[in-house]
Amino acid sequence: MPKVKVPRKSTLIDMTAMCDVAFLLLTFFMLTTQFKSDESVVVSLPSSISEIKLPDTDILNITITKDGKVFFNIDNKNFARERLLARISEKFPELQFTAAEEKAFVLTGSIGVPLNQLKGYLDLDEPDRKMYDQPGIPIDSTNNELGTWVMQGRLSNPNVRITIKGDRDAPWPIVKKVIDTLQDKNVNKFNLITNLEADPNKLKGV
Amino acid sequence: MAELEQKQVGKKGKKKGRKKMSTRIDLTPMVDLGFLLVTFFMLTTTFSKPQTMEINMPVKPKEQLKEEEQNSLKASKAFNILIGADNKLYWYRGLPQEPIEPLSETIFGADGIRKVLLLKNSQIENMVVLIKPTNDANYKNVVDILDEMNICNIQRYALVDITSADLDAIKQFTKGQG
Repeated sequence: MPKVKVPRKSTLIDMTAMCDVAFLLLTFFMLTTQFKSDESVVVSLPSSISEIKLPDTDILNITITKDGKVFFNIDNKNFARERLLARISEKFPELQFTAAEEKAFVLTGSIGVPLNQLKGYLDLDEPDRKMYDQPGIPIDSTNNELGTWVMQGRLSNPNVRITIKGDRDAPWPIVKKVIDTLQDKNVNKFNLITNLEADPNKLKGV
Repeated sequence: MAELEQKQVGKKGKKKGRKKMSTRIDLTPMVDLGFLLVTFFMLTTTFSKPQTMEINMPVKPKEQLKEEEQNSLKASKAFNILIGADNKLYWYRGLPQEPIEPLSETIFGADGIRKVLLLKNSQIENMVVLIKPTNDANYKNVVDILDEMNICNIQRYALVDITSADLDAIKQFTKGQG
């Protein structure tokens, strides 16, 4: 009696389909998403029904954290950050920056230190700088450095759009002070960054 | 499928005595690479672009002008929203000294302030909403109210500093409630 031959099946699986799926997903993620911004401050945004998208460039952002610290950020379109730092040292002759500090300023994200600590902050190594607990920019009426930053930021990039990115729990008096500072500098039009929320009027229409 | 067909081709080739090299490539490393990149993109990117809400503030007037401007607003058209501490919300109509409708408390959201706003907006022509956050209010409350203006389609609203009369009214109201 001949032995029953069990046909040996190959354990190889055709990977073509899986490969297709993987690259399809890859393409999808590459096209629909954008990189997370490298922010040292974490802010949970309030939500609104507004659907205006925020552009990527020409943004001067003021971040207000939960504990009322204020941070300043501007994107580096057309080397605006370099020009901004040059303007700052022009305005404050005691603040002169080395080439290394300038580079650090261009690469770093939000600034949240008083001007007199800026040099020391920029001298830190990159990992240290990320870990550094920034005290926030002073916005008191006697020492309103935010006003200076906004003014110089607008001068270094005149097309800039000013946005306020406030935490949900940011105390109103601080936000009010920031808005007052902007109004002092004749900025009467600005954007509040929010998350998207469903519009109840549209929901009703469905 | 592809595997089967290729095997047959291989057999045919054998018959003819010519050795055909398989054109199959092991795609496993490519799949690995693909999924590695997918994971990378999933972790380092964000989906939603943040939304923005545009807000226009009036040009800051000089102090004397401010008084006049506030007085010029018709009391009957004014609708005041006061934002207090702990997500508390109050509203009244008219001027703080002589309200047309007295101060009352409401809540955020569709059942509270939105109902009131929609009702009043349909009753009063050219209603102007004055948003007055107290110092204890937080940013979310203010954004919510500004958003409420968009939802209720209210064209005329302003973010105003709170006055001591308003604060007194809130104090009295809470006292009256016990």
